[in-house]
Amino acid sequence: MTLSVLAVDDSRTIRDMVRLTLDGAGHRTIVAEDGEHALRILDDGLPDGLPRPDLVITDINMPRLDGIGLIRALRQRPATRLVPILVLSTESAQTLKAQARDAGATGWIVKPFDPDRLLQALDRVAG
Amino acid sequence: MAGPDPMDAIRKTFFLECEDLLEALLEGLDALSTGSGDTDTVHSVFRAVHSIKGGAGAFGLDRLVTFAHRFESGLDALRTGRIEADAGALQLFLRAADLLGDLVRASRDGLPTDAGAEDSVLADLDGLLGTLPEEREEDLDFAPAMLAIPLDDDTPADAPAPLRLSFRPHEELYLSGNDPRHILAALSRLGPTEVTCHAEALPDLATLNPESSYLHWTVRCAPGVTTADIEAAFEFAAGLCDLEVTADEDPVPAAVPVPADPPPPDKNLPGAGPAAPPPAASSASAATTQTPTVRVDLDRVDRLVNLVGELVINQAMLSQSVRQGSLPPNSPVMAGLDEFLQLTRDIQDSVMMIRAQPIKPLFQRMGRIVREAASRTGKAVRLETSGEGTEIDKTVLDKLTDPLTHMIRNAVDHGLESTEVRRIAGKPDEGTVHLAAHHRSGRVIIDVSDDGGGLDRARIRARAIERGLLSEEADPTPSDLDALLFQPGFSTVDTVSDLSGRGVGMDVVKRAIQTLGGRIAITTEPGQGTTFSISLPLTLAILDGMVVEAGGETMVMPLGAVLETQTVTGADMDALTPESRVLRVRGRMLPLLDLGEVLGHHPRRDDLAGCVALIVQAEGGSRYALTVDRIADQRQVVIKGLGDSYGPIPGIAAATILGDGQVALILDPIELREHAPGARRPLAETMP
Repeated sequence: MTLSVLAVDDSRTIRDMVRLTLDGAGHRTIVAEDGEHALRILDDGLPDGLPRPDLVITDINMPRLDGIGLIRALRQRPATRLVPILVLSTESAQTLKAQARDAGATGWIVKPFDPDRLLQALDRVAG
Repeated sequence: MAGPDPMDAIRKTFFLECEDLLEALLEGLDALSTGSGDTDTVHSVFRAVHSIKGGAGAFGLDRLVTFAHRFESGLDALRTGRIEADAGALQLFLRAADLLGDLVRASRDGLPTDAGAEDSVLADLDGLLGTLPEEREEDLDFAPAMLAIPLDDDTPADAPAPLRLSFRPHEELYLSGNDPRHILAALSRLGPTEVTCHAEALPDLATLNPESSYLHWTVRCAPGVTTADIEAAFEFAAGLCDLEVTADEDPVPAAVPVPADPPPPDKNLPGAGPAAPPPAASSASAATTQTPTVRVDLDRVDRLVNLVGELVINQAMLSQSVRQGSLPPNSPVMAGLDEFLQLTRDIQDSVMMIRAQPIKPLFQRMGRIVREAASRTGKAVRLETSGEGTEIDKTVLDKLTDPLTHMIRNAVDHGLESTEVRRIAGKPDEGTVHLAAHHRSGRVIIDVSDDGGGLDRARIRARAIERGLLSEEADPTPSDLDALLFQPGFSTVDTVSDLSGRGVGMDVVKRAIQTLGGRIAITTEPGQGTTFSISLPLTLAILDGMVVEAGGETMVMPLGAVLETQTVTGADMDALTPESRVLRVRGRMLPLLDLGEVLGHHPRRDDLAGCVALIVQAEGGSRYALTVDRIADQRQVVIKGLGDSYGPIPGIAAATILGDGQVALILDPIELREHAPGARRPLAETMP
């Protein structure tokens, strides 16, 4: 099943890798450079007129609007209130994870980026 | 699928991104050092190292990851206020940043790195954080639930019985975006799985709260599925459900429920709430939108530059043939041609702007050179920069690193006095090296100044005499003395310092600058300091040239080198010796060279009357006169290399194609002078 995934990361390297991995698995990737950019993309409307992405993958540490802020914002919006949100971050501090979970994150994947790991996680939250 | 490995492209992206991040890192640390940084700066500095670490991990660059991680821990301590941003800490972070840059580049190029430096910085980082409690890095929240099941799953030989599980989601599981459907689907992908849904708790439609959790499941896993597999499938559900795993043959569920908080009952869940206004962030975002940029291979830009070059030539040829067709000047063709000329110029300028890059990264790299030189000489040195936004051709920029590095080291090593001497002179302990860039009349000027003791002219003089560069009786002007620094083999210090580099003198710097079409000059004020001023062309691709004819050949002299021109009369000329002639220019005697003769187009001519003399700027402000038969034109020319098959030809810098399709050589005024017979006399012009 083809999923539309919104990938948010300030590192172009990671964005490219996420895109490569997802595209390779037959999904469609929309990328954003930070939380603010992601919200702007959602405001402007996704390609193909989709009401919402099937999944959001986000980094935590980003300029302007960080991952926690983005998750909170997404959870407040009716359209994305129940969309799975995976955090992809090098951080593994427990406090941060708790924060992300409280904000409404679905899951947490610790970088280094492992394509198989990402696709498995994708299966578990969006199938 | 054939074709390039996409990972290679991403790897390339990563290293390019690293350069940007390193730049941001150094910039941030510099800002913090000078006290102009704030919390945002600390965050961006942290983020830079963090991003490098993240990318490096993706490519398995373990050493880079390890180093970045420890560096990041230090910055995290700064970010969270556990350590102070004092000079010592920032000094250490700057060192770490330099080293991080080394590691990045070494990883990129597959080169070894200096493990000693790495260890020393890491040890210092440890020292800085030594007394702080280590941040705990546990992996619990989202980690797999620890399932206490009465079965050893590492005894596969006995073909363990299939596992059975009971799964009862909490409301929060749904609200976190998890979906039992996907979890169960992930499980069933492992083999034939029996899933039973228990819907007994489901109320009737009238009282049903669509966002409550009513369903639960029991699952009989496929044979061979281990607890680890189950933990993986429930990875993100830990704490959000009750999960019990049992071995199928064991009728008693011996498992421990996953600890979880009870669902808060006061959540207002039913119905879709009022359409929440989008967070303020999205409306405020427009203000911070950055100019979008595109990364383009330099090769492509160069191709464009070459094509535009061809266009310039083509345009010139067209103009020439139209003019020869003697059309009236106000004809539409001429008007169109003028417009074409203007457009060509505009395109050329725009293309050149693509190649132009701010000098800032180069200046930033010099920060490190200063730090290293300072720590090795034991001097306190501060680097100040200005005009970092000045843009210059990328090729020029790349080739400036070495000469500039050398000059900066010289400034710290020889320019600045020791702290002791500075104190006596009433100067602040900390010496300053200033790097400044700005545009002036179509060229880029880079000044390297120090506030040291200035050049020691007595010593320069003594050394020059010792080296046979100056006769004992000579009485050169101060600036001519200073210019001696650029003579090959000249060195003002008695012991060769490892900082300035053995055997590399200012003559090498000068040569490097000259290859870039640049000039270098010195001004010095005893006790106040010295400034080396480099003047460079904006681009290496196009040149403003004077088209001249000599000995029947058409050649191009860089316009920047020509100070003035003068028609030669017999009365202006004089001969000091039969070989060396001079031209009198407003009371000053300048060495006189005849271009056609120097290049061997014709033998020596005694009568140069009627020729045109170009007064040419050579090195260090010295001048000479070069006679040509005629000045034909003044125009921009596209610089074309001579090609490898020719090798270096003294006096010839490159070639170009003129409007009529004719190939013309571009002259190198400095080399011409050096290779002319009897011309190796730098101070000749000062003699009466």
